Amino acid sequence: MSDPIISRGFRGRRRDDGGGDRIPPGQYETDDFPVLSAGPTPRTPLDAWDFTIIGEVDKLRRWTWEEFRALPSEEITVDIHCVTKWSKLDTAWEGVAVDTLLDGVETSAEYLVAFCDGGYTTNLPLEDVLDGKAWVAFAYDGEPLDPEHGGPARLLVPHLYFWKSAKWVRGLKLTTTEEPGFWEVNGYHLYGDPWRGQRYWGD
Amino acid sequence: MDELTLDGNAAAGILQQVFAAEVTTARGTCAGCGQVDALGAVVLYSGPGLVLRCRQCDSVLVKVATDGERIWLDMRGVRTLELRPEGPA
Amino acid sequence: MLDVVPETARVKTLRLDVPDWPGHLPGQHVDVRLTAEDGYQAQRSYSIASPPDRPLELTVELIEDGEVSPYLTEELRTGDRFELRGPVGGYFVWEPSRGGPLFLVAGGSGVVPFRAMLLQLASTGADVHATLLHSSRSWEDVIYRDELTELADAEIKVVHTLTRSQPEGWDGYARRVDSEMLTEAGPPPDARPHVYVCGPTPFVETVANALVGLGHDPATVRTERFGPTGG
Repeated sequence: MSDPIISRGFRGRRRDDGGGDRIPPGQYETDDFPVLSAGPTPRTPLDAWDFTIIGEVDKLRRWTWEEFRALPSEEITVDIHCVTKWSKLDTAWEGVAVDTLLDGVETSAEYLVAFCDGGYTTNLPLEDVLDGKAWVAFAYDGEPLDPEHGGPARLLVPHLYFWKSAKWVRGLKLTTTEEPGFWEVNGYHLYGDPWRGQRYWGD
Repeated sequence: MDELTLDGNAAAGILQQVFAAEVTTARGTCAGCGQVDALGAVVLYSGPGLVLRCRQCDSVLVKVATDGERIWLDMRGVRTLELRPEGPA
Repeated sequence: MLDVVPETARVKTLRLDVPDWPGHLPGQHVDVRLTAEDGYQAQRSYSIASPPDRPLELTVELIEDGEVSPYLTEELRTGDRFELRGPVGGYFVWEPSRGGPLFLVAGGSGVVPFRAMLLQLASTGADVHATLLHSSRSWEDVIYRDELTELADAEIKVVHTLTRSQPEGWDGYARRVDSEMLTEAGPPPDARPHVYVCGPTPFVETVANALVGLGHDPATVRTERFGPTGG
């Protein structure tokens, strides 16, 4: 790409009072919470919602919304990083740890696919959702998660680019091989570590 | 329909780098339901790449992603694309 | 950037000098890209407001918490530069050689590509009857208000509807565009007009559905959605 023309006086919407070493390379800090989506916002009623663990498992696990909300949950504050270059620090969520959902599940799987209302999928190594690294979040900033931000529940995996934090998540399919998801089949990096700038294939 | 959505006209800029022909006038047949629409008229979603979806059944017609140098294009959702290489219809 | 012409309190037209501009068709747009000194970039699409026979013009509406429009409408000075890609788009295009009648339905800043179309129609003197139905919040918010009034003649009809407030003595439409208004203001389906609808996404959805409901062949109705508030 040739050098872009710099527009005098343009700064854009980001803040820059030094997120400093909390901002991965190539990212810019923002106060906003932009909504990006691959499709229309699903509107699954809570009495039709369930969350399942399927695939390479000893037996299928399933929770209705009531059962899911009865599970122990926790409040967490994390930084999130979108592949479109914005980072948002200290975002407050409440959710059920994936550790809790996978507790007691016997599997030889090393990977998983998160699947969602509307058909979106994303793939992850199983170890990247264990040991306190991932949640199924149902509240943001003290309020029930807005549908346009993934409500009633979304996956939250803050150590990877935010396209991995799948909105409208309905379950995890455990797999023995890596199955690239919606964006991973189309140029986006299979793993997606923001600290190594892993945005696209070959990065 | 979400009020944030645009249409395929907004994808014209990047798609013109791929195709020799004008793409927003190209008519795509949805592999899901058979609906035929000009790509400029279909629904566009952004995040993080571009997704064009069928106006009738919401299936994915086209996915486009770019890192600024490479463009990745998935057109599985378009069974057939009708183009006029000489220019706009 | 050559100069800036205010259209309304929040809308400005930028006149640009673009080296090697290849020319364009009315209805096409450009992708504007701004790069900050540290490499941060933002990009937006804007319809071309000018007909092909004059320097390139873009009309930009200031979006309150926008990222690009505040820069283009408030910061930009003569001599400043930015990048644009285009012209882009072949679907939402009309030129006089396509004939008419022409029915243009605009919501707010959706009128921008129609200015290019109507100015070209006027300058070529083609024998096409055109109607512009233009929805705005108030008389003060009507983009290109005076210019469109001057343009209107036997062949070009401009109909306004003001949805939020009207000036004293206003006897025109004072509500959102609906089927009745489309029937009264525009050509009927059996005239097989070329129909173009442009503006915020909800506006375009409502109007396009109404037109098809009135019997307009969907293949003759072309749409361009600007998102919730504008380009």
